[in-house]
Formats: sequence, C-alpha cells, structure tokens
Amino acid sequence: MLAWVDSVGWVIAAGVPGLIRTDRLNALVLLIVFSIVVIYFIRRAARGEKLYVRPLAGLQAVEEAVGRATEMGKPVLFIPGTGDIDEIQTIAGLSILGLVAKVTARYETPLLVPVLYPMPMAAAQEVVRESYIDEGKADHLRPETVQYIAGESFSYSARVGGMMLREKPAANIFMGTFHAESLLISEVGQSTGAIQIAGTAEPEQLPFFIAACDYTLIGEELYAASAYLSQESKMLGSLKGQDLVKMIIIFCLLAGILAVTFGVYPEFVVDLFTAN
Amino acid sequence: MIIAFFGTGDTLADFSNEALRYMSIVAGFALLLGVISITQVSAGVVRKREKDWPYKIVLLLCLFTMAGFGIFQGITSGTVFEWLFENIQKPMMATMFSVLAFFIASAAYRAFRARTVEATILLITAIVVMLGRVPMGQYVYEDFPAVANWIMMFPSVAVQRGIIIGAALGAASMSLRIILGIERTYMGRG
Repeated sequence: MLAWVDSVGWVIAAGVPGLIRTDRLNALVLLIVFSIVVIYFIRRAARGEKLYVRPLAGLQAVEEAVGRATEMGKPVLFIPGTGDIDEIQTIAGLSILGLVAKVTARYETPLLVPVLYPMPMAAAQEVVRESYIDEGKADHLRPETVQYIAGESFSYSARVGGMMLREKPAANIFMGTFHAESLLISEVGQSTGAIQIAGTAEPEQLPFFIAACDYTLIGEELYAASAYLSQESKMLGSLKGQDLVKMIIIFCLLAGILAVTFGVYPEFVVDLFTAN
Repeated sequence: MIIAFFGTGDTLADFSNEALRYMSIVAGFALLLGVISITQVSAGVVRKREKDWPYKIVLLLCLFTMAGFGIFQGITSGTVFEWLFENIQKPMMATMFSVLAFFIASAAYRAFRARTVEATILLITAIVVMLGRVPMGQYVYEDFPAVANWIMMFPSVAVQRGIIIGAALGAASMSLRIILGIERTYMGRG
C-alpha cells in the first residue's frame, strides 16, 4: 500500500485519509512489543511453568498485620487511595482491598474502608461484599464497612484522622493514589501505634510514606501486589514480561547515556526516543 | 481510546471525548450514592445512640444545609452557600493544610535520626539541600545553593525517573491484565 507523510507527520495511505500519527509511532511500537512480551509470558505461565517472584516485605506483612488486629480485637483500616475510579492506581488499590477483605473475613476482623469519591465507593462495596461471600462470611459484613466520607481531600483527611484516633485500628493499609493528604493521614496513624503499610506510584508522596509507615510499596510494586497476593500463575507471568521490557529499556538508557557522553549518535535516534 | 491516541481523524477523538463526558455524568449521579452512604451510616449511629452520636447530627445538618442552599439558591457570589464556603469550609481546609507543616517536622525528625549509614546519608543530604534553599546557607558556605541544586537536578531526578518508568510499566502491565480479563480482583473475583 502506498503511503507518505504529510506536513503534520500523519501517514496518508493511498485512498485513505490519515490512519496513524507517525509522531507517536515510537510509543505504538513500544506498546506492541510490550503487549507481545507480556502475553508470551502469560501463555508460558498458563502452560504451568513455575515463575519466581521476589518476596515483597510490605505484602508479606499484610497477613501479619491483620493477624495482629485480630489478636488485639481492633479493626483494620484500608484506604484504596484518594483518586477517582479512572486512575489505574485506584484499580490496583481495589484489587488489593479484595484480597485484604478475604483475610479480614476469614479472621472475622472488622474492616473500615473510608473512600473519598463515590464511584470507588461503589466499586469497593462490591469488592468487599464478594470477598466476604467467597469466605462464607457474608453475615459478618456491616453496612458501615465501606463508607463515603467527603469529596474534598482535607475534609477527608480530618475525618479519617478522627476515625484513627477514635477506633484505634491495629493496622492501616494505604494503597493507591495519594496527594497532599498522604502525610496528614499516615502521621496520625503513626501516632496511634498501628502497623502501617503503604503503596503508591506518586514519587512526591513516597518520602512521606517511607517516613511514617512500617512498609512501603514503591511504584511498580503497587501494581504487582494483586498478582503477588493472589499467586495466580497468569498474573505472575505478566510480571515476568514486564521485567523483560524493563531490561530492554535499561539497555536503551545505558546505550543512550554512552552515545550522548561520547557524542556518537545519528540525529534520528534522538527522534526515536522523543515522546509526543 | 488507545486507537484514538494513536489514530488520526476527528471521529475517534470525538468518540473518546464523548466517553469521557459520559464518565463525568455517571460520576455526578454516583454522588447520590455517596450522600446515601453518609446518611445511612450517620442515621444508624444516631438511631442506636452509639458513641459520639451528637456529632453525626451536626454532620447531617451541615450536609443538608449546604446541599439545600446550593440546590435552591445557587452557588454564585452573594449566596448563603458561597458565604458558608468562604467563611467556614475554606478556613477549616486551610487549617488542615497548615497542620501538614507540623507533621512534616515530626516525620522528618524520625526519618533523619542517624541510626544507620543510609539514614546518616539522608540526614547530611537533607541538611545541605535545606541550607542551599535558604538565604542563610550561602553565608555559611557560598556554594551551598549550587550543591543543593545539583542534588535536586541530578540524583533526585534520576531516582524519580526510575520510579516513574517502573510505575508506567507496572500500570501498562496491569491495564493489559484487565483488558485480557486476567485481572479480576478489582471486581472482587480473585
């Protein structure tokens, strides 16, 4: 098929108006390579191949934290981030909530899930309900387990802080997107002496969580958490694929550093790695 | 939406924008679920006279007063809603934000205790950056601002980019798991 690039960089195929933005072609190629590699490893895992995933201390501590709460007769507080449902970190937080809710249901430990936005609240209610049903403990689920607090982050922080001081949860788990409220919440939790486990992919909030929490999942570890906790082979396979692509990116970065340092690179290589 | 990102033409972009608009509408209706949740939980506490039940009455009063004025009188300048927001809610939010300064101090105290080699490196780096960012720093040592800038521009940015690249790959991998139907734990199905 005949194709040429017009003045704004769009591919004009013969007889067909623009199809693909060539200025984003590099991202498209990376997406295709990434998808192929991840799907390949998922298929390998589905065939029964054993895959090793390094232990994540923060996730190993989840069951320990719930066990401690059970022994002390205190609740577990879980916050699935303070982002709306359209953020992938919120989805990751809800995935972890499902697995944590199974443990709290098993041990019949009270669970508190204060939520900032109504849509994650509806999703969290469904996730927790399914987990309790799976564990055969649907009758232990209280209507106030998942509750909407406020649509504004400082009002939310005030309410959650009050909840921590009044209910004294033995374990606080924060997983998802966090902004300015991260330290407001985690410092109050720290002052109550609760075990605190946090996970976020927001680089600006990580130092606060590291200072205030016992365990912190950094960046990609948050997304790996549901695969790690469920130990489902297909999900673990996707982590392997992701790691391989990461190796490719590290290799490209090192090659780029050397090329720029010694000034030996053709100009088109720079365009190849430019984001548009 | 993926096709709209890489593709050309207005049809796909329009469809993508329309989908985002639908999401805003659904989110608006979902707010009702939030109000129902607050009302159910608070009313239950008041009915059973559980601990701190009078505060729940205050909460419900505030919720319905603000919502009532907002719905029936509007939220523009000169309305009761605007007055309540400017004179009650805004100062309370500012108070919460101000508390952050004290929490940063207490968290920094714990993080900077030189108990290990890593904590000591962190402590020294933090002192250099702090001195480099205040006018007094350059009177102590004239190159403090330059050193602080170098730390912020190179080691700090390098680490942040490392985290961002890892997180982006993690997000892409998770998205792929969701699209392929492998990741269902966010729906409560493990």
